[in-house]
Amino acid sequence: MSLSDQHTSQSGPRDPGNRVVAQRVELAAGGLRHEVRATTVVWRREMIRFAQDRARIFAMLLQPLLFLFVMGTGLGSVVETNAAVDFRTFLFPGVLAMSVLFMAVFAGISLVWDREFGFLREMLVAPISKAAIIIGKCLGGATSATLQACIVIALAGFVGVPYDPSLILVLLVSLFLGSMMLTSLGVVLSARIKTIQAAMPMTQMLIMPMMFLSGALFPLTNLPGWLSVLTRLNPLTYAVQPMRAAVFDHLDVSPAVRAQLDPPITWGGWEVPAVLQLGVVAAITVALIAVAVALFDRTE
Amino acid sequence: MPEPAITVEALVKDFGDVHAIRGIDFTVPEGEMFGFLGPNGAGKSTTIKILCTLADPTAGSARVAGFDVVAQRALVRRSIGLVFQEPTLDTYLTGEQNLTFHGELYGVPRQVLKTRIDAVLEMVGLADRRSDKVQTYSGGMKRRLEIGRGLLHSPRVLFLDEPTIGLDPQTRASIWQYVAALRDAEDITVFVTTHYMDEAEHCDRIAIMNAGQIAVIDSPDALKSSIGKDRVQFRTEDDELAITRLRERFGLEAGMHEGSVTVGVAGGAQFIPRLFSELGVPITTVTVTRPSLDDVFMTYTGTTISDAERPKAGAR
Repeated sequence: MSLSDQHTSQSGPRDPGNRVVAQRVELAAGGLRHEVRATTVVWRREMIRFAQDRARIFAMLLQPLLFLFVMGTGLGSVVETNAAVDFRTFLFPGVLAMSVLFMAVFAGISLVWDREFGFLREMLVAPISKAAIIIGKCLGGATSATLQACIVIALAGFVGVPYDPSLILVLLVSLFLGSMMLTSLGVVLSARIKTIQAAMPMTQMLIMPMMFLSGALFPLTNLPGWLSVLTRLNPLTYAVQPMRAAVFDHLDVSPAVRAQLDPPITWGGWEVPAVLQLGVVAAITVALIAVAVALFDRTE
Repeated sequence: MPEPAITVEALVKDFGDVHAIRGIDFTVPEGEMFGFLGPNGAGKSTTIKILCTLADPTAGSARVAGFDVVAQRALVRRSIGLVFQEPTLDTYLTGEQNLTFHGELYGVPRQVLKTRIDAVLEMVGLADRRSDKVQTYSGGMKRRLEIGRGLLHSPRVLFLDEPTIGLDPQTRASIWQYVAALRDAEDITVFVTTHYMDEAEHCDRIAIMNAGQIAVIDSPDALKSSIGKDRVQFRTEDDELAITRLRERFGLEAGMHEGSVTVGVAGGAQFIPRLFSELGVPITTVTVTRPSLDDVFMTYTGTTISDAERPKAGAR
């Protein structure tokens, strides 16, 4: 007993005589402002974790950079791009999409880690809507992924993509919307996947087809029918194509070359405008967040 | 008279065919430290989950801080602090960042959040470690941070589910001292579950729960004096014979607990000389203990708390 007494006198609560005066706090009345505040703090946590994890940022950048500079250079010598466009220039928007793909899906699926280490519970029992938490998580994942992609954007000049402010703006908007969608997809998965061991293979299973079917690595020209359908069903296509169109808008190429390397996405022959494509991405994001809100259970 | 901090009426919880809670009633007045005592699987955690709105009762009702746990979930959640058995900290964040996160999530007004965090860190003795990542904290420090976090938004009722589980005895004792001091400083009601009998002594009143029912509720002292018997434990060369002789020659029902013949006797010290002379079985060791909460538990449930847990532990 004397041991624990000693312990208390060293670092325990002070005796009543000089106790820290603890004032009771009255909680805000709730409502939208409280929800926004909760979303913001969940986002802020993602930012803190992102800033701490520099090693991971670079590890995750390695793969897209390999694709751009190694595979792009290697394949560039055999891929027919009519000599008017460097294959790496063509690849650039695809590699941007790839760089957010990994980061964003992992940011979403990190809720599996939060569950394993208990922090998910701290969030879910708070007097706040599940939507506020999930939107905060998605915004956090989207911001981290977009920030990371900025490093790739900075390399644009090396592969013949001009540093034009309006181009960069379109790239950033597309990347942000795309990563928001991908993070919410990861969040939906993490509602059902309960173990870290299962999360990894599931993520790979999702990322690879999305990457290959998005037109990130090859033009969606003259594809066989089945492949053409799959690329149109892949939500990531609608984030990659606006970026590629924006890049080609800033290149000096003939319409024929452009038609071959940057064909428009069509639905039954109708050319889908870039804004609508991004609208598709946004709509899918909203739907995924709604699914995630429904799937997460307060009592986990 | 103010409404009690917790009111539970005819509460029932079934999981399929398993009857986790079989109709319990109790009230906890404001400001009390109320202990919920029982072996693992007795229904303690289920009860705490219902009171915290994390599970729905099958039947019956419960009110916490004046709000119904089913109809007024959000209001209940704003009025309670929760510390779970399993840790729920982000160990990559600092202690202070964990508290900030909590305060923002619970809507503690911005202008007081900083001072409130300072006060809480001071209360749980972590002010000097506030900027360190939680992964560098000891088990006891993490627990204190969680308890402090549970208090950050000034709840009316603080729920602690097995707050000392997995901690060494010295740290356990200090956690209880913190909880008692915080209860006084914050003027709150504390509802705590534990399966450590000795720890229940820290409570104003305790409810003993076993197999989904409340066996008895009273203060630890009243419960102990209600037994009126000392516990005599001894080892012999033939325990079975000793138990039979106790029944035949002394009229006492004995059992085997912790590897010893155990029997409750009024005036245990005076009983020992008779035991040696009349039992007729060689005795190797003997101890006499004043009634403890273990004995209370044994009297009201017919088993010791460690024995009550054993079949379950074996089944796992």
